[in-house]
Amino acid sequence: MRDLLRHRLLLFAALFVAVQGLMAVFATWVAPYDPLQQNVIARLKGPSAAHWLGTDQFGRDILSRIIHGWQASLAVSLGAVLSALLVGGTLGLVAAYYRGWTDRIVMRAMDVLFAFPVLLLAIGIVAVLGPRSSTAAVAIGIVYIPIFARLLRGPALVICESDYVTGARAIGAGDGRIIFLHVLPNLASVVLVQTSLLLSAAILVEASLSFLGLGTQPPTPSLGLMLSEGRNVLMISPWSAIFSGFAILLLAFGLTLLGDALRDTLDPRLRGTP
Amino acid sequence: MTLRRLILARLLDLLVVLVCVSIIVFFMIRLIPGDAVAIMLGANTEVTPERIAELRARIGLDQPILVQYAGWVGKALAGDFGTSLWTGRPVIQEIGAHVWPTLQLTVLSLIIGAGLAVPTGVLMARLRGRFADGAMRVVTVAGLTIPSFWLGIVMILALATFAPSVQALGYVPFSQDPVGNITRLVLPAFALALPILANLSRLVRSAMLDSLGQDYIRTARAKGASERSVMYKHALRNALIPFITSVGIMTGYLLGGAIVVEQVFAIPGLGRLILGAIAERNYPLLQATILVVTCGFVVVNFVVDLLYLAIDPRVRA
Repeated sequence: MRDLLRHRLLLFAALFVAVQGLMAVFATWVAPYDPLQQNVIARLKGPSAAHWLGTDQFGRDILSRIIHGWQASLAVSLGAVLSALLVGGTLGLVAAYYRGWTDRIVMRAMDVLFAFPVLLLAIGIVAVLGPRSSTAAVAIGIVYIPIFARLLRGPALVICESDYVTGARAIGAGDGRIIFLHVLPNLASVVLVQTSLLLSAAILVEASLSFLGLGTQPPTPSLGLMLSEGRNVLMISPWSAIFSGFAILLLAFGLTLLGDALRDTLDPRLRGTP
Repeated sequence: MTLRRLILARLLDLLVVLVCVSIIVFFMIRLIPGDAVAIMLGANTEVTPERIAELRARIGLDQPILVQYAGWVGKALAGDFGTSLWTGRPVIQEIGAHVWPTLQLTVLSLIIGAGLAVPTGVLMARLRGRFADGAMRVVTVAGLTIPSFWLGIVMILALATFAPSVQALGYVPFSQDPVGNITRLVLPAFALALPILANLSRLVRSAMLDSLGQDYIRTARAKGASERSVMYKHALRNALIPFITSVGIMTGYLLGGAIVVEQVFAIPGLGRLILGAIAERNYPLLQATILVVTCGFVVVNFVVDLLYLAIDPRVRA
């Protein structure tokens, strides 16, 4: 762990993400105002001492809505990415371990899911299940399943060939025990890096869905929704649109930088690859 | 394996994927909770059992599911996706009327993103050192993660503030007004292209750095090739294969991203069609649009695969 922290970029990225993450988790205490509290007199105001980032068309505090929006964004994206990791990762491991027909069928199914443009499939799934933040999470999760399956299958194939897996099998360890106790731990760095990168991508997809009205529904504070509402009053008061979009960027930026720095640190061979 | 057999194998793969995609798209609509037909009717007419039965028969929902699927695919192959429930126009015409703006936007973004990525990546490969490395990383990561719809909104705002006379919103067909067509599409295309530009220029840079350390580059320099020729002719060639593979994958991002960016710039493309279909619960239209776009994406990736075979002799070995 100390070895990891020696890298300045990683430290910076981790801090950057941690600050936003903590603000999101403790949004209720960190946010200066109730994100839903309307104030008709102070509508569409620019930044001021009372409202650092101004107010929206209902006089709600933009900063408070952004902090709560981070919470909503992270909740949907984390739920989606972790479920995709669980399902996709397991499929990838199972395919690599059993090979043969299992491998062929699982990976072909993944190819088919992968054949859809990400956002299009997510939109289709949300259209079928109904627009809510929970269905947005399900949609993003489904879209990312094949990505995790492919990512874990490759390195898992190599590990399944190794002597210690053969050894474990020789002393009579069961399939499940080998897969989760001997193969999975060796993939920790791949999982860590990709979870961070895909979380960043999921934040952008969630924001896109909410922006289109297919994700989190009003009045719940959501960054994509704020951006789309702010667009309607863009020429009168651009603050809501500008700051909410910037908040999406900050969150996604931190997570991609973190994934990037983690990859450099954990796997120096890959340094500089995109 | 010979090249012909490889191509045949890929073609078979393509067919299998297309069939599976069509099955998924076909059954997706059936997952809608409740009676989809009642929902479809409910938007603008009174729902009566007779009407439901009539619409069911019209869409063919009263037949066995396999028959329905076969009929749907058979008609789709002939370009018949039925008629739009609201406008009464054939779905294929609706798609045809909306596909050009999206296609143009996607291609223009790809040209901007991939075209600028090569010189940017080469330039980035020349800049070395701790500070330059760090700065380039922060800038490219920011480029990768800027929400294109936000960038579009900021651009519109900037344009309205500094150059209010320029018309940036909407769409005019190329045949009507070529200059107006391009000027209206440049901003959305750039907003959409930025993440691709960041991604691909990083890729070009790392592939260049990779090959610049190789013996054949030293040989090229030793025989007196100019720096320009070393960079573009010898080192860049190495970057071509991952570059082309990525371009195929980027098309998927672009097609999805276009849906969102079109909303920002009020472009009447497939994005508007899809969102309109969702809002009106016009499921046959939604189904057909998703199928057409996905098949287009699959075919693009197939072509990229073939290109890959043509460029890299190692794949054939």
